[in-house]
Amino acid sequence: MRKFWAWAAVIFGMLYFILPLLGMTEFSLKMRRGVYSFDAYAKVLADPRFQETFAYSVGMAIATIIFGVVLIVPTAYWVRLRLPGLRPYIEFITLLPLVIPAIVIVFGYIRLYNTSSFLPLTGSATGTNILLMFGYATLALPYMYRAVDTGLRTIDVGTLTEAAQSLGAGWITILARIILPNVLVAVMSGAFLTFAIVIGEFTLAALLNRPAFGPYMQLLGANRAYEPAALAVIAFAITWGCMALIQVVSRFAPRAPAQLH
Amino acid sequence: MRLPLDWLGVAPFLIFALLFLILPTMNIVIGAFQNPAGEFTLKNVQGLFTPSIMAAYWISIRISLASAILGCIVGFAMAAAVVLGGLPNWVRSPLLTFSGVASNFAGVPLAFAFIATLGPIGLVTVFLRTQLGIDLRSLGFNLLSFWGLTLTYLFFQIPLMILIITPALDGLKREWREAASILGATGRQYWTMIALPILFPSLLGTLALLFANAFGAVATAIALTGSSLSIVPILLFAQIRGDVLGDPHLGYALAFGMIVVTGIANTIYIWLRARSERWLK
Repeated sequence: MRKFWAWAAVIFGMLYFILPLLGMTEFSLKMRRGVYSFDAYAKVLADPRFQETFAYSVGMAIATIIFGVVLIVPTAYWVRLRLPGLRPYIEFITLLPLVIPAIVIVFGYIRLYNTSSFLPLTGSATGTNILLMFGYATLALPYMYRAVDTGLRTIDVGTLTEAAQSLGAGWITILARIILPNVLVAVMSGAFLTFAIVIGEFTLAALLNRPAFGPYMQLLGANRAYEPAALAVIAFAITWGCMALIQVVSRFAPRAPAQLH
Repeated sequence: MRLPLDWLGVAPFLIFALLFLILPTMNIVIGAFQNPAGEFTLKNVQGLFTPSIMAAYWISIRISLASAILGCIVGFAMAAAVVLGGLPNWVRSPLLTFSGVASNFAGVPLAFAFIATLGPIGLVTVFLRTQLGIDLRSLGFNLLSFWGLTLTYLFFQIPLMILIITPALDGLKREWREAASILGATGRQYWTMIALPILFPSLLGTLALLFANAFGAVATAIALTGSSLSIVPILLFAQIRGDVLGDPHLGYALAFGMIVVTGIANTIYIWLRARSERWLK
């Protein structure tokens, strides 16, 4: 009897999840009257605006990942090595983006970094791009920090550092050649999640007026019928791909804390 | 000399957090209590208590609460089915992977998926009308409404619940159940007197997190409804774009109100999670 209800709950739930996925897939294939075709996909992929905005968002995602890694890996490492007492406070800061809605944060950016401020980032396209990247790094902060910190937990940071120092390594060498390779799996999990978040992000890009993929999708959705469904399928495939890559790299993660004797 | 050097290591992070997280938020909060001349005032916050803005907050809170409660119930049922229901092992891992994907599949594409399914010419709508003769529209269902938005939000709420509650259910020790049944407890008594009280902080805490999650969702709502449904994030979006309220400082107050609501929800979450972790170790 218990098994019956268990199956009922899972099947009922999965039905709810599968129907919209089925709906968008079916709809995306219906552009040509009467038969299924890939016309909507062909149209979307051939649209120069699609190519531009998609390339822009991929570029932003990569920039955000690089910036996030350079900012967070040394910080998480340093906190574990030298300032363990600070850890709860740093963790609290990294969780703030889950509390403060993104729309409020970007509202603050617009007010704080306008053309008449001390740091007029929104004055130029390059400046706004940088601001948007910082914004994405902020959105990804909770996931990135947690991933890196979990990765650092599995290695003996203190011993590795002392070993490297006694062989004459400087801080940059320790970070780049000892710490980063050891937490690479964790960093990559965080990176793929960041990619999934940034690629379709709408609010920040729209309010900072940047030609990103999210606002493009929204614009297309307001004006077309079948192409948005094709875009939704593509976006779902990207999200699925990122999660699959996280699963793949996690296979290579050390299972137990590495012991150094 | 040692201490300042140690602090230097976290300086880049703290400066980043200050410039791009804390100062922008403080700026909005302070702006909510200033008039255009920069003097302190409570007028902006008072300005929120007009019928139209209160209505926007009210419908936002109702949608967030409804999608959080339903997300908790359905997510709990699915997680409990997998952890405790005796389902074969191959169900669990794909379900958790799928939850990871679905909880991140929010925003504009999610809205498209639901329009293609439950919109006027969507898959389910057409199927019900042509095959079963049920016209959703004449039954009063509209995707661009309270229930339409709630149903859409559930697509990322349920998976988030599954991801958070599965570890908590795994933490329920088999010995507790055995001890209870040795003392003569029925299955119902075990749940109402042991398992649910232990899980209660996790459940209520996750509810708070799901609430904040739905309350701050902008992209899904805008892509789904355009601006036909006046909820707080859409109102704020329009205000930032074009000052629809006719008073920039009222916009700051609107954003400040959002921080207050999600802040309360998350304070409850953090407090309850700290309590629940004491039990599930």
